[in-house]
Amino acid sequence: MFHVRSLTTALVLGTFALTAPAGAQNKSIIVSSTTSTQDSGLFGHLLPLFKSKTGIDVKVVSQGTGQALDTGRRGDADVVFVHAKSQEEKFVADGFGVKRHPVMYNEFVLIGPKSDPAGVKGSKDIVAALKTIRDKGAPFISRGDKSGTHAAELNLWKAAGVDIEKEKGPWYKSIGQGMGAALATASAGNAYVLADRGTWLSFRNRGDLIVSVEGDKRLFNQYGVILVNPARHPTVKKDFGQQFIDWLVSKKGQKAIADYTIGGEQLFYPNAEDAGA
Amino acid sequence: MPGELSALQLVFTGDPGLYAIVRLSLLVSLTAVLLAALIGIPLGALIALTRFRGRDAAIVVLNAMMGLPPVVVGLAVYLALSRSGPLGSWGLLFTPQAMVIAQTILVAPIIAALSRQTIEDLWAEYRDELAAMNVGPAGRVTTLIWDARFSLVTALLAGFGRAAAEVGAIIVVGGNIEGFTRTMTTAIALETSKGDLPLAIGLGIVLICIVIVINGLAWGARWAGERYAA
Repeated sequence: MFHVRSLTTALVLGTFALTAPAGAQNKSIIVSSTTSTQDSGLFGHLLPLFKSKTGIDVKVVSQGTGQALDTGRRGDADVVFVHAKSQEEKFVADGFGVKRHPVMYNEFVLIGPKSDPAGVKGSKDIVAALKTIRDKGAPFISRGDKSGTHAAELNLWKAAGVDIEKEKGPWYKSIGQGMGAALATASAGNAYVLADRGTWLSFRNRGDLIVSVEGDKRLFNQYGVILVNPARHPTVKKDFGQQFIDWLVSKKGQKAIADYTIGGEQLFYPNAEDAGA
Repeated sequence: MPGELSALQLVFTGDPGLYAIVRLSLLVSLTAVLLAALIGIPLGALIALTRFRGRDAAIVVLNAMMGLPPVVVGLAVYLALSRSGPLGSWGLLFTPQAMVIAQTILVAPIIAALSRQTIEDLWAEYRDELAAMNVGPAGRVTTLIWDARFSLVTALLAGFGRAAAEVGAIIVVGGNIEGFTRTMTTAIALETSKGDLPLAIGLGIVLICIVIVINGLAWGARWAGERYAA
């Protein structure tokens, strides 16, 4: 207890010295994004390129789409980069965001056990596959966390004419966790699960899981990027945030996105020029 | 790179990313423990040495707060520090400072409750002596804290164990930002979610080793203190 005071002072000052300049001098923004962009390694590929061009540090907080948008609504992020078009449009319409820019899409895939208890392997029709899974009561894992992937899953059930809230039985488990946890749960229980291809490709703990259904247009997953509205939250770093958005939709940014591969497979397809996306 | 090797490789090749994570983990948890000690030990001593209405209830509440759920504390600190919250103008959300605040709140009740018990036990032993020597309240507190110092180290270590092990609070208020607010525990949570279980386990082993080293140092300091201070 001799030097408690000086030690405390040193540590407290140390923490603040270590971190305070990051906000004061360095250029940085906070981007709230989804687990899929982070877990797939895309940010690890993009951010160093962006930083070397602009000197801006991008601090990524990865959350489910619902939480990521909420972080933006509260003014705790400068930019949101998510994948749930209708929620993004609502975010802008409600005045929390300036403008939504389409950036890229990736693809959802239906992952399932090799043994394929529902017999849907190789199908290109996700809606028919989901109906079959429901009819046969084959085990299915849902994210259940209001993420973009969860929203996409719910839309697909709707397209299949299944009212999942009413029709779900013991075969349908909603786990309320991220993509990795959902894949791990599916792997442990030999269940089907909807996943984004990026997280699937970088997921290490696959067990007996394989891709069961892919290539259906209804499985395309559009990403959008939005600057949080500085009129609503004056602390938003609008210049740096806008630079990040401008770079993402620029030729260079779009090429960087297309260049990112895992095991030779491209994960994200840039489409900023498609205004309707 | 096979995961079984990667965590060990990171350690032995001196991976700067890993060292930054370890350094931040220690800095955040040790700062939180020291701040919590500055609050908790005097508070524990105060409750130990005074008699007031509702004292028993205060002790029960304090003891119960040792079990504060980290994720709830994290959420409360998050809501307070959010730009839309009462302390939003501080701009501390998603920073290491926010993590220190959350962990201080988690650790302070542990140190306060354990200090209260330790000092109260010692007080029972010293009461007559201190009264006979006519020592005033301030002198009593300092004497008791000083003589209980080796036992209080255990309270600090319990607090440190809590801080070093928890992930629920700091992942919410820190955001697990790579190179900025990523610690050992949040990195483990992330690697688990990415399905890289070997790397997660490897990081876990590194964390446990660090905690053992810290405890060893504290034990050594106590041993040296008892041997040479007397």
